[in-house]
Amino acid sequence: MAVKQNVKLDARRIRADFPIFEQLEEGKPLAFLDSAVSAHKPRQVLAALEDFYEHSYGNVGRGVYALAERANAAYEQAREKAREFVNARSPREIVFTRNTTEGLNLVAYAWGLDNLGPGDIVLASELEHHSNFVPWQEVARRTGAEFRVVPVTGEGELELDELERLAGGGRLKIVAITAVSNSLGTIVPVEKLIAFAHEQGAIAVIDAAQAVPQRKVDVQALDCDFLAFSGHKMCGPSGVGVLYGRSELLEQMGPFLTGGGMIRRVSVEKTTWAELPHKFEAGTPPVAEAVALGAAIDYLEGIGLDAIAAHEHELTAYALERLSELPGVTLYGPPLERRSGIVSFNLAGIHPHDVAQILDAEGVCVRAGHHCNQPLMHKLGVAATSRASFYLYSLPEEIDRLVVGIERAQKVFA
Amino acid sequence: MSIDNLYRELILDHYKSPRHHGRLDPADAEAEGQNPLCGDELLVTLRFGADGETIEEIAFEGHGCAISQASASMLSEEVVGRKAAEVAAIDKDDTPLPAMMIESGTPLTPIRLKCALLGLGVLKVALHKSVGTPLPGEWAGIDEVEFE
Repeated sequence: MAVKQNVKLDARRIRADFPIFEQLEEGKPLAFLDSAVSAHKPRQVLAALEDFYEHSYGNVGRGVYALAERANAAYEQAREKAREFVNARSPREIVFTRNTTEGLNLVAYAWGLDNLGPGDIVLASELEHHSNFVPWQEVARRTGAEFRVVPVTGEGELELDELERLAGGGRLKIVAITAVSNSLGTIVPVEKLIAFAHEQGAIAVIDAAQAVPQRKVDVQALDCDFLAFSGHKMCGPSGVGVLYGRSELLEQMGPFLTGGGMIRRVSVEKTTWAELPHKFEAGTPPVAEAVALGAAIDYLEGIGLDAIAAHEHELTAYALERLSELPGVTLYGPPLERRSGIVSFNLAGIHPHDVAQILDAEGVCVRAGHHCNQPLMHKLGVAATSRASFYLYSLPEEIDRLVVGIERAQKVFA
Repeated sequence: MSIDNLYRELILDHYKSPRHHGRLDPADAEAEGQNPLCGDELLVTLRFGADGETIEEIAFEGHGCAISQASASMLSEEVVGRKAAEVAAIDKDDTPLPAMMIESGTPLTPIRLKCALLGLGVLKVALHKSVGTPLPGEWAGIDEVEFE
């Protein structure tokens, strides 16, 4: 995906929208380099949440009075915003979930259990976050299907030459792939994998948790069958996510969670399901959170996803440049051109947890551990890495503070 | 004492020069464990004295963050010459490194505490497997991990 360099966002001005950056951590301004785990929230999103609770809150789909109607309209308006955000054909293809993990589980169980059996192949990859790995492994185990993974190179890219072999001669039924690696920042060429899946008569499920927040994602252009992402990673509140599903598939599928809100008619003899997308939204949904997600979508689109991607690209280039100048630093992942705003690294002789601890004392937030990527860590031959990630509010001086922190850690452990 | 100073002085000392480091062979008791959150690994081996319950020798081997390895090193110094039943009853807060941090006014956060307590857990599993001392439920799964 090409990145336009001509639209420049003003990160300093954007940062002023985020109240959390006004606080000092350890007496120092926050150098927050962990947006990959979750993003902070601008006032606009917080205000939308509060405003909704104060003026329009209600449960959805159930009320006759005006207030209830207002709540329902706000919720469905948020759905329409999500539809437009990923360019789905219809709001019937947008299901509000709790998060990416829930969306992926929904597909694994509601599609997988009915469509997989002995002899079938379920294909994920070594790059996958546990949430796009374990559900497929589990549903394969339950149905007797075979679970396979596309291997990853030492540089963190998928070995696409292996696809033919992995497809097992026409037995492939699902390809589940991440659009952007949460550990290494690898931008995966998902279009190729989606096309391959379809050639093989398989469906393609995309984990877009790290992609949607910072680059334009178009589900029709991708032609994927399912795509999941989380609100909290894109400046939305925690507790809401989106699953996009091709309506033809969602129609055929049985529900995931059952109960109120997703039924048409319930009797002792028989129960029928509501129409899309409500068939997949059982119980009270994250109503206010969905409305706030709509506000987050407005906020990001106001800045422009291309501008955000370009800003991240610039910061990543700077980070890679500064980190590769330091002795004793191992960088992981692909070259800059195929990478988004995530950098994993290790310091020789210092465990990532210790690195993160020392950085914390400097007010620098990075993540240390296996990042829910144990198969990947195993392939890279490490137990854990430290990870810095950038977003629309990140500044070059935060990277400078990361470097100072690293040098300090190296002094302490020398 | 800030975490910074603590690192510099005590933890680094134990991390760089771990006491009772290595593996006893033959051993009367053995267990291994991993902290899945960050990949700390420890293997403990023990030898009992003639009474079959006093820890005469102990050795720790492993890799991981400074807190996990240093904590195991400090713990190993504490338990030599003590009886198995006594050691098996050591409370988390009385383990050397966590205790020190509590005393200093900056107790370890839950995540780092897991690193610090790995050694205690593995030790308790070793004692449980060899002489049947009681094992708190939370340590039950700890010796199932492969040590590479």
